[in-house]
Amino acid sequence: MAVGLFTACGSDGDSGGDADTAEDFDFSCPERTDGSPEADTAANESQPFVFGTPGDPTSLDPVLASDGETFRVNRQVFDTLLDADCTDTVPGLAESYEQNEEGTEWTFHLREGVTFHDGAALDGAVVCKNFDRWANFTGGFQSPNFTYYYSSVFGGFAENDPAMGIETESIYEGCTADGLDVTISLSKYTSSFPGAFTLESLSIISPNSIDAIADVELPAADSPLPEYTQTVGTLAGTGPYMLEEWNHSEQQVTLTRFDDYWGEPAKVKTVIFRTISDETARRQALEAGDIHGYDLAAPADAQTLMEAGFQVPVRGVFNLLYLAYTQGHAPLDDHAVREALSHAIDRQRIVDSVLPAGGMVATQFIPPSLEGYSEDVATYDYDTEKATELLAEAGAEDLTLTFCYPTDVTRPYMPAPKDIFDMISSDLEAAGVTVEARPITWVEYIPATRSGECPLYLLGWTGDYADPYNFLGTWFATESTEWGFDNPEVFDAIAAANTEPDEATRVELWKTANEVVMEELPGLPISSSPPSIAFAPNVYPPDVSPLTREDFSQVYFTTGS
Amino acid sequence: MLRYTVKRLLQLSVALLGLTLLLFAWFKALPGGPENRLLPENATDQQREALRASLGLDEPVWVQYGEFLARIARFDFGSSLSSGRPVATELADRLPATIELSLAAMIIAVGLGIPLGYLAAKRRGTWLDFAAVSGSLLGTCIPIFFLAAMLKVVFAQELGWLPTAFRLSAGADYTDVTGLRVLDGVITGEFGVAWDAVRHLILPAIALSSIPLAVIVRITRASVLDVVGEDYVRTADAKGLKPSTIRGRHVMRNAMLPIATIIGLLLGSLFAGAVLTESVFSFGGIGSFVYQATTERDYPALMGFILVIAVFYVVINLIVDLSYGLLDPRVRVRK
Repeated sequence: MAVGLFTACGSDGDSGGDADTAEDFDFSCPERTDGSPEADTAANESQPFVFGTPGDPTSLDPVLASDGETFRVNRQVFDTLLDADCTDTVPGLAESYEQNEEGTEWTFHLREGVTFHDGAALDGAVVCKNFDRWANFTGGFQSPNFTYYYSSVFGGFAENDPAMGIETESIYEGCTADGLDVTISLSKYTSSFPGAFTLESLSIISPNSIDAIADVELPAADSPLPEYTQTVGTLAGTGPYMLEEWNHSEQQVTLTRFDDYWGEPAKVKTVIFRTISDETARRQALEAGDIHGYDLAAPADAQTLMEAGFQVPVRGVFNLLYLAYTQGHAPLDDHAVREALSHAIDRQRIVDSVLPAGGMVATQFIPPSLEGYSEDVATYDYDTEKATELLAEAGAEDLTLTFCYPTDVTRPYMPAPKDIFDMISSDLEAAGVTVEARPITWVEYIPATRSGECPLYLLGWTGDYADPYNFLGTWFATESTEWGFDNPEVFDAIAAANTEPDEATRVELWKTANEVVMEELPGLPISSSPPSIAFAPNVYPPDVSPLTREDFSQVYFTTGS
Repeated sequence: MLRYTVKRLLQLSVALLGLTLLLFAWFKALPGGPENRLLPENATDQQREALRASLGLDEPVWVQYGEFLARIARFDFGSSLSSGRPVATELADRLPATIELSLAAMIIAVGLGIPLGYLAAKRRGTWLDFAAVSGSLLGTCIPIFFLAAMLKVVFAQELGWLPTAFRLSAGADYTDVTGLRVLDGVITGEFGVAWDAVRHLILPAIALSSIPLAVIVRITRASVLDVVGEDYVRTADAKGLKPSTIRGRHVMRNAMLPIATIIGLLLGSLFAGAVLTESVFSFGGIGSFVYQATTERDYPALMGFILVIAVFYVVINLIVDLSYGLLDPRVRVRK
């Protein structure tokens, strides 16, 4: 039986914004250097901390959500079995865990003395009650619209509803409890574990809450979410804050401190999340003092804010932007052409001019903080001359390629799609490639890229939890039209790593998988970059997280200006 | 009058049916589906298909339209795909903000526009006339979005006199009666809340009022100029009536007919401007909701919104039509 190790997330390098590669950049969580400024105790009790969010949350029931804004609110209220510090898996409600050699039984040892906001006590039976509730969801509860993460992690439900379209079998076999010990049994191991136990969707709610909503039904995928998910009062968690009010018309959620929290109590009594969808409006609200912090600051605003005395702590990176080469379009099926295109692109320039501080050039399809990141992958340095030569050798001197990019979104890994497109296009044209631009709205973009319509396109992903499969597996596990290659060596390497329960062996297998993928060169990893978060000068911000899992119980007002 | 009203309501129903059919077909013809916004980038094709199937989006369009009509007949707008809340609830939460903003803008536009237009006509050719005409020209030229952003930068950010965003300060404790914060504050005696709401309303309302204000000034001016040249005004003057009586009973009453028509039309068009103004001031109305619904292909939310706006627009115009009777006895007699 293997024992889960909890490693502290350390810093071993300079966190400055000029360092740009995995070798010289601290890609995990930079050490805080702001000390512990004196707290303004009166303000912390009387003044709400107001945080501007880009969107509204959707559901107070954590399992029925898959979006970051809901997670941001719910993680202050509910706890998960395991937590994430930087990208490391650390104790949550469980102080420690063990897995059997096959990785099919996960035993958690829960903390003593944890109580829910409604006074119920946490024990193994409560955890089982939560897992069993999820596994036995029926009807609309099974729709990916509501339980995307549960079904992604566990495959399906005890009895899949044919109307919800899920065809894969559930790997959840059951849960047994013994006091504060609880064992989750699976039919097979996947490398999603233990990382998936940190997912906000798998937060543990009070047994009283489960009893109260036991009869609630969600008949169809387009049924409205049940009332208990939209109003406070039914659901209780164990987190540092309790839900006080969700005012839909004012687009604000108010949380109040839970005095019996099992960890360190929250410093500020009241936290309010208010929605400001426009990023410029969020900055202006911060500058005017209407809010005390906000997320997803535009990279161009970060420097201005810092010069004006605001705080823009740099998150670690946990995402990846890539340029895909769809091999269904000749001559992209020729490795020499893909190699030539890769040499033509100056990724450093993109990182320097478009991405926020902390961005870095990517060498492979996972961020460097993940297990299995390899220092030995094939690299494709910027060299226009070499690119031109390779294209000539491949007989592709007069190459014309359609290049797709999204028009109406910014993503955390891609803050300015058009700017990035422009830079790559100019680099490719410098190497003699003619680029035909194809701008597409986001709702059309994903189908266009999935169907293989776009020879070149920009896309990426922000990881949900520490698991290389969450990146590599979703892209390269099987043959697909979006990449258009059929290389069993790649597929086998990923399958081998994903099903290996032994951690040390698995790390090596992921390294091999990364090396095999970069030999195949299905696309060019462009960058990893942290989304910017900003705070007022008189605020002690939370530890910023590469997974955007900020814990607002750490926040307080300071006596400074 | 009753027959006229019923006839107009019947016309409205037919118009709405045609409108929904056209828009439903148009939305469905747009490429891309909501599953691409609702699910993360790395959701599998199987998960996307499962979602489409579970939402009924793989049914033929005519089946989907039939289901939509059946729901509407039961006064069920369905639920927003992105928020998971009933569309009717979303609209009920957000529409009051837009109505409050539009009304405030219209109060500014009417309150300033009619006197200004009247004065400009009365003092035709003077500097006041010139200023009113030039100002109204400027008002129609400046895009609302730009004006809103400028007002915000100057009065909220730089001078700090007014808030940059929202309808009320964070954590404000208020009682919801009508959803109109100023009115609610007055009704419930929570004058602090009413004042807070007014402070949040000033900048967006000024921005939104710019175009209607300009239009009302020009229409009033032109209309008054028309009327003051009429024989009955000259007669009233000749028989020695007080200037205030001539102004109120003979000039403005007659000049109001075209002004009332234009106010009705402007109220409807204010909604379009409100969408932009709300996004600048994070005003929490239907603006961001509609924008999100459009980009996410949230069909139920879009259809619900369009239905409500269409009804709103037509009802306003119905009220304007009916108000002619109050303003002009001749209309009443003809009907």
